[in-house]
Amino acid sequence: MNGINQEDTHRTIERVARESYGRLVAYLVSHTRDVASAEDAFGNALVSALKHWPRDGVPRNPEAWLLKAARHSLIDAIRHQRVVLDSEPMLKFLTELSETTLSTEFPDERLKLLFVCAHPAIDSAMHTPLMLQTVLGVDAARIAQAFLIAPKTMGQRLFRAKTKIRSGGIPFEIPQEHDLPDRLDTVLEAIYAAFGIGWDDMAGADQRGRDLAEEAMWLARVLLQLMPGEAEVQGLLALMLHCEARRLARRDLDGRYIPLSDQDPQKWSLPLIQEAEYHLTEAFKRERWGRFQLEAAIQSVHAERASTGRTDWVAIAMFYERLIRISPTLGTRAGYAAAVAEANGPEAGLTVLESIDPHAVSHYQPYWAVRAHLLQRLGKTHKAADAYDRAIGLAEDPAVREFLLRKRT
Amino acid sequence: MQFALMIYHTPEEFAMRDNDYNNPHLGAWRAYYKALVEAGVYVGANALEVPETGTTVRLREETRRVQDGPYADTKEQLAGFIILELPSVDAALEWAARCPGASIGAVEVRPLAPEAMRRGFTG
Repeated sequence: MNGINQEDTHRTIERVARESYGRLVAYLVSHTRDVASAEDAFGNALVSALKHWPRDGVPRNPEAWLLKAARHSLIDAIRHQRVVLDSEPMLKFLTELSETTLSTEFPDERLKLLFVCAHPAIDSAMHTPLMLQTVLGVDAARIAQAFLIAPKTMGQRLFRAKTKIRSGGIPFEIPQEHDLPDRLDTVLEAIYAAFGIGWDDMAGADQRGRDLAEEAMWLARVLLQLMPGEAEVQGLLALMLHCEARRLARRDLDGRYIPLSDQDPQKWSLPLIQEAEYHLTEAFKRERWGRFQLEAAIQSVHAERASTGRTDWVAIAMFYERLIRISPTLGTRAGYAAAVAEANGPEAGLTVLESIDPHAVSHYQPYWAVRAHLLQRLGKTHKAADAYDRAIGLAEDPAVREFLLRKRT
Repeated sequence: MQFALMIYHTPEEFAMRDNDYNNPHLGAWRAYYKALVEAGVYVGANALEVPETGTTVRLREETRRVQDGPYADTKEQLAGFIILELPSVDAALEWAARCPGASIGAVEVRPLAPEAMRRGFTG
């Protein structure tokens, strides 16, 4: 086989792996509860595909082929007792996975897997890493980078979480009606945490990119496909698309940070904005308000500047007011203060900031960035410099740090 | 728990250090220090002179061996350290990521040895 075809085959494997990873792992885990062994089995199946497909050609049903190979690997692992689990039902399941079952469609269990990953019995800091690994196959080292944790530690935490899934009696199911809103919210939070974009409508807020935006949007799309009727799922996707649309406008040619209010709307991605607007409109039709729809609505108002040339800060402040009622986080309150300052003047914005508990914000960079900006606008140079120092000292992104240093002087 | 943030500079970074109050590089460090103190996590810190000013001493087979410069000839060299009181290594890594030294050179985070052991050394 020649090199070009080889390359094609490798690309096919990559694509199939990406599209099927979660589906295959979820399907195996739905029967075995053992995430680690399902991941190992699928990993071995991929290695086997890399060996066979370039030689024999890509099979007609690549997913079924991979599932079959993963089954072999699992049976092998049980025989050699590398997997410690209740082998009886497991072996029964594996044997019943006959040729016929394998050639037809197998059920998509990813939704259940997402709910398992974000189960309240699992440490909430591990919800996102678990999802990234089990549903998308992102490796532990990359997750560790994104979450600023030593790779070894991340590996250990993932291992512990998987052990808990196996032995902790976490049901592999979609939550009951009355639990659903809360449980879904946890899933959405975890997806958004991978996205990691902060609040760029605030003056010089910390842009701590998690570097996993693409993965987060992929997860949101999977979730929307699995729960097409959920307004908040669509709201989250709209929010991320709006933020993503501005990615290129956030830096100038020299890599300097540009806050939202100074960004050139020409540099925003119109197709992404349009897609975001489509999802937000669809979500609104269901008339079930939620946090992510409100946040997307705020970003939608910002996006209007591309056509109107101005920002409707009164509308933004109003959406923030509703948002604070459902989600009174530090980020929401700092964002509200910034919006109020634009709508009613810096004094009013500062009053909102002062209602926040000072102990809660000692580490919170965006608060200090907004505060510094408002004090500067009021001509309180000394106090502004103090606040700028706090914002600079807490900033992680060097470009944001430089931006604030320039504004400080 | 106490952690040491050991700051390693590149030669370029060492060259950026001066006493000009308006130097933006210095401004970033001053702001970082202020944030550490205000957050109540600061225990102590100090900066070192450039590596060329160092002298390394070893005693081998009853012979003194004295060498110009730092003990290891690497591109990035120890430039200073900060001791912080924090609840976990996760928090220590967050402060390391905010450190201006992390965006050019490197910052190593290491827990201080347990207090009992430290007392064993100091008597």
